[in-house]
Amino acid sequence: MTDMALKIDRLCKSFADVPVVKDISFAIRQGEIFGLLGPNGAGKSTTINMIAGVTRVGSGSIEAYGYDNQRDYRVTRRLLGVVHQEVVIDNFFTVEQALKLHAGYYGIKDDPAWRQMLIERLGLAPHLHKVMIKLSGGLKRRFMIAKALIHRPRLLILDEPTAGVDVELRHSLWDFVRDINARGTTILLTTHYLEEAEQMCDRIAIMNHGDLIALESTRDLVDRLSRRRVRVCLDQPLRTVPDVLADYQPQIGDEGRELKLDLPVDGTAGALLKELCGLGLSIRDLETEQSSLEEVFLQLTGIDQTRDTQDER
Amino acid sequence: MNAEYRQGRFYSWLPFFTLLRKEILRFWRVASQTLLTPIITASLYLFVFGATLGDRLSVLEGFSYAQFVIPGLILMGIINNSFANTSSSLFMSRYLGGIVDLLVTPVSPPQFILAYTLAAMLRGLAVGLVVWLISTLFAHLPWVAPLQALMMAVLASFLFTQFGLIAAIYAHNFDTLSMYSNFLLLPLIYLGGVFYPISILPPFWAKLSLLNPLFYLIDGFRHAILGVGDISFLTAFLVSGALALALFCWAAWLIGSGYRLRS
Repeated sequence: MTDMALKIDRLCKSFADVPVVKDISFAIRQGEIFGLLGPNGAGKSTTINMIAGVTRVGSGSIEAYGYDNQRDYRVTRRLLGVVHQEVVIDNFFTVEQALKLHAGYYGIKDDPAWRQMLIERLGLAPHLHKVMIKLSGGLKRRFMIAKALIHRPRLLILDEPTAGVDVELRHSLWDFVRDINARGTTILLTTHYLEEAEQMCDRIAIMNHGDLIALESTRDLVDRLSRRRVRVCLDQPLRTVPDVLADYQPQIGDEGRELKLDLPVDGTAGALLKELCGLGLSIRDLETEQSSLEEVFLQLTGIDQTRDTQDER
Repeated sequence: MNAEYRQGRFYSWLPFFTLLRKEILRFWRVASQTLLTPIITASLYLFVFGATLGDRLSVLEGFSYAQFVIPGLILMGIINNSFANTSSSLFMSRYLGGIVDLLVTPVSPPQFILAYTLAAMLRGLAVGLVVWLISTLFAHLPWVAPLQALMMAVLASFLFTQFGLIAAIYAHNFDTLSMYSNFLLLPLIYLGGVFYPISILPPFWAKLSLLNPLFYLIDGFRHAILGVGDISFLTAFLVSGALALALFCWAAWLIGSGYRLRS
């Protein structure tokens, strides 16, 4: 029995001869929370749709728990639960009816205890007999998660599950995801909230223009690629930066009383301190900071953060 | 893995029965549109041709006009509703994105087709049955070969469920879908011999009517009920059966390959 929940090998997909997923390979271990990140149009949703069976595989292979998702599709689809990016609901049915029907589509008899647990954990109990058109946006999102879990999948795929939902709901949904992961469900998620991805994911893959450009543990990714900066507060203002600090890309602020220095990838704060003391500088305070996954992401995907911020405005 | 998260036993045909149940519930929940409206429409036809003109016209020797037209009206109800159910249900699923919910499940293409088909046939045949029951108020039908009549009704219903699936897959929007119904199905029904036998048409138009697949269904059904028709029952049954088989193969290929369902 494989210890991989998902194995993707040389996966490609084109639409109208335009390649959107280019020869990507990665594997997700059982029990981990795996983040698939990338800017809009990177190929994340296409990849997820190929895994889920909504989009046909161009070339390459996808295996879920050792089963090929094309040849053994009836097995693999039972093993997966998918929360789509778009809210998909059937307005003919109530929440309760839809959940019962969805278990049946997976060939699993309705389990009232399991269904009730999902209903309660996701706060759907007061809305069970409402037709879905009457639900608020947040409730529809919660229903989508309940629906994806109703057949007890071993791998839950969350494609932007918190897009457009408020902070409180985002937190409660992520708490729930952590809980089901702790109980044994493997998670594959995409999100634009990189801070959340950093907190949630054991490993992260980053896609850009259909290519897989990074794949490692979240900590390693941030450590390897992030910038470590030291902010030094000086007692006496500094007029010019000594030449020996040139490698640290120094920036002077607060009328010479603040010095910002970037540590090289292989550099240490101790070595820098030794240099500063050697220069006879009087240090009043010292702070270190590390860039977030968001900065690493922007650096890898080549997106201009300033431009994006302006666009949002 | 935690025992709480172990999946229950897989029942291979449960996805089919669930989809069939969902499709039946779908039209049942809006029965005023899906069942009552076509029954009222057919009842109005029955009133016009049964209570008013039925005894004053005769287009087939030995039968009143009401007796002639009722088999056609029953079949018209079956055909329209069989087509409407598959076409609207599948198209709405595609249009609103709900189809994705099915595509990620273990529902196999044969189960998919069978569930949509059987639910739509149930609606079509239910409308046909009620139209027949109401028609007994206006005229008595001899039912010469009831089993053959049932075979033709089932065949007509099956054929138009497949046509509905095909139309739902090819339609780009609601306008295109209604074009299949208004500009293809409706003229074929009206010109297919529901209201007149083709034997009373001029030879050219009578021959042209032989190209209309609806003619074979309607004439075969009427033949089985009244015992007379423009062509033999066997011809009507074989032509209709061949057409139904061709449409089934077409629909099965579309759904099996995921054409316009999976990107």
